[in-house]
Amino acid sequence: MKTFRKGGIHPPEDKITAGCPIVEMPVPSELRIMLSQCIGVPPKPVVKVGDSVTRGQVVAESSAFVSAPIHSPVNGKVSKIEPTRTPQGIWQDSIVIIPHGEKPTDASFTPRHQDEIDSLSPEDIIRIVGEAGIVGLGGAAFPTRVKLTIPKGKKADTVIINGAECEPCLTCDDALMRSDADGIVTGTLLIMRATGAEKGIIAIEANKPEAIKAMKKAVSRFGNLQVETLKKKYPQGGEKQLIYAVTGKTVPAGSLPIETGCIVDNVATAFAVFNAVCNGIPLMERIVTVTGPDLSSPGNYLVRNGTRISDILDFAGGMPENTGKVVAGGPMMGKAVSCIEASSSKGLSGIVVIPDSKSMRRQASPCIRCARCVAACPMGLEPYLLMRQGEMSLWEDMKRHGATNCLECGSCTYICPASRPLLDYIKLGKQEIRKANS
Amino acid sequence: MNRLTVSLSPHIHSGGSISRCMWNVVIAMMPALAVAIWTFGLPAIQVTIVCVATCLATEWLITRFMLRQPSTLSNGSALITGLLLAFNLPSILPWWMAAIGAIVAIGIGKMSFGGLGCNIWNPALVGRVFLLISFPAAMTTWPSDVPSGFDAISGASTQADASSGATLLTHLNAGDNSLSDYNLLDLAVGNMNGSLGEVGAIAILIGLAYLLITHTVTWHIPVSVLASAAFFSWVLGGNPLLDLFAGGLLLGAVFMATDYVTSPMTRSGQVLFGIMIGLITIIIRRFGAYPEGVSFAILLMNSFVPLINKYMRPSVFGEKERRAAA
Repeated sequence: MKTFRKGGIHPPEDKITAGCPIVEMPVPSELRIMLSQCIGVPPKPVVKVGDSVTRGQVVAESSAFVSAPIHSPVNGKVSKIEPTRTPQGIWQDSIVIIPHGEKPTDASFTPRHQDEIDSLSPEDIIRIVGEAGIVGLGGAAFPTRVKLTIPKGKKADTVIINGAECEPCLTCDDALMRSDADGIVTGTLLIMRATGAEKGIIAIEANKPEAIKAMKKAVSRFGNLQVETLKKKYPQGGEKQLIYAVTGKTVPAGSLPIETGCIVDNVATAFAVFNAVCNGIPLMERIVTVTGPDLSSPGNYLVRNGTRISDILDFAGGMPENTGKVVAGGPMMGKAVSCIEASSSKGLSGIVVIPDSKSMRRQASPCIRCARCVAACPMGLEPYLLMRQGEMSLWEDMKRHGATNCLECGSCTYICPASRPLLDYIKLGKQEIRKANS
Repeated sequence: MNRLTVSLSPHIHSGGSISRCMWNVVIAMMPALAVAIWTFGLPAIQVTIVCVATCLATEWLITRFMLRQPSTLSNGSALITGLLLAFNLPSILPWWMAAIGAIVAIGIGKMSFGGLGCNIWNPALVGRVFLLISFPAAMTTWPSDVPSGFDAISGASTQADASSGATLLTHLNAGDNSLSDYNLLDLAVGNMNGSLGEVGAIAILIGLAYLLITHTVTWHIPVSVLASAAFFSWVLGGNPLLDLFAGGLLLGAVFMATDYVTSPMTRSGQVLFGIMIGLITIIIRRFGAYPEGVSFAILLMNSFVPLINKYMRPSVFGEKERRAAA
């Protein structure tokens, strides 16, 4: 089985929701849709307070290239446009929609006829993807339209669909592959058409046998598609690691994956492309894995964009008494939530509830130079050295030692027996290097 | 409402800790300690207790009264230094010499550099070499009553002290390396003379297996030390098997060269470090004034670790491709 070569760790999987089907979460009494949901320029509201909105209607958009419009997931009324807190507690403009109450259906969307789909040009597909507000659903939330637009002089030959889901706890991609394999395959073919790639590879880690079976069945009709089973290792789903694992090609440091002719998209992104192009449905909801050892009903929930995290937790049986930390995303790369009243966004792949006893970091002690961080780093960096430089504010030295290559996977901090906050300092250094460059 | 903890990612930890690493090393040393006690009897226990107790006391006194910091004894590293020092001493060494060695090991070898993680040289070896230079006779006097597998040739000892038993290396250094004189089985199970910890080859290898299984150390250093020593022994016309089993090579390769603090940070650096230790050991054994060279080889290479770390870096992913493209 293939995997990436350099570094990597084997954290416990803890995928307790692995067998859970996708359950649609009821529409809450209020949706707070954040305007800044993706990397790039936040779109501006195009509705006013008091306006009625319908499901699928654009409520915010921007003329900027690196941006994605936002659609209302429900029929309802705009009650407020005001700043609310993000999960990390930062104030940010949001559109508050009071839903009318009926169960949202997709009946109002007109699916495209097969002939029409077949006649779409690459530009058409990219335009539809852009209008549907699709962003990378693996967590980074980079506008997919931008990713599919191949820079001049470059050529894409392979589309890799990322179903590695190497983050512990998360099972949203697994659930989607098990239930909607055909949609993912159609989306993959559309991405290949949009980018001109001839080959499509769906890469899945070996710990998801059901998903592998479903995807293998779905691709069997297409000669240019294949499913690649990968050996379980974190961070397999890192873009550069995945390209290396699947194709053996190395993305040059500081470059984009397109240098190797590869385009990497998450399985949920591929499915969203299928939904937008074939069914005319924009991105308004996503699957969120809600999990935690003490949560009474963990699962994979279909959550409307703008649902409060507290509402999602209530649906999963309520936040346990002993909760010490709530993480938006997976436990390795996710962000700690300070405000559970904040709402979900397109990039939210999971909500992990960590009990009190495991929420605090251990006291850090001096480095014993055991070299485990160096062995674990998938980018070939020296975390112990970067941290020491960071402690002394030697940003130039950090840059020289490749800190900007760090993908922030957290393997170094995870493995450190001295519990040193290695990644904290590397992140700080990256920020300072960025500041100095701008 | 609950108060939520916030921190940067990652939000989970492997659970590994310094004390767990150190205790794994202590456990791995137990078979060798048992063989030492079986071979040398009560004096072995005495030397071990003196070394360990003095190491612990020295570290506690320094942290308590000089650094005024919380005690660091619980991380187990002082215990390892004490055990390792004992492993490097003859069982009949006077107790006060062992105590001086322990004070030097912890006080000068470790704490004067800033404590765990900051020292340049392996503390136990600093203590041993200090004793070897200060008390050369006592440090090379082995109990003559050990039922050794080479009684027949003990008369060939080149040591000045007539009462001392000979170790295998004394013969090797004298150019006598025919295997027929030694019973390899005796070497393997510990039926031989030498310092406490170097007599039981199989016991040390069991310790190595434990360290590898628990991922406390990787194979890179021990394997490269042993392979390199065997290779250079063969190149110089020696008997590789004898060089591997004799003296402190196994002990050094498994427990001392692998010391986290004083070994290189990259795999390639670790292999180079190991190869050089093997080479220097064989050179000292063949051409040096001392019959044994493992301690000096490790200490010498410890000094090169900062240099190795500076020049043998891991290759940054994609850096070669970036240069090729530019």
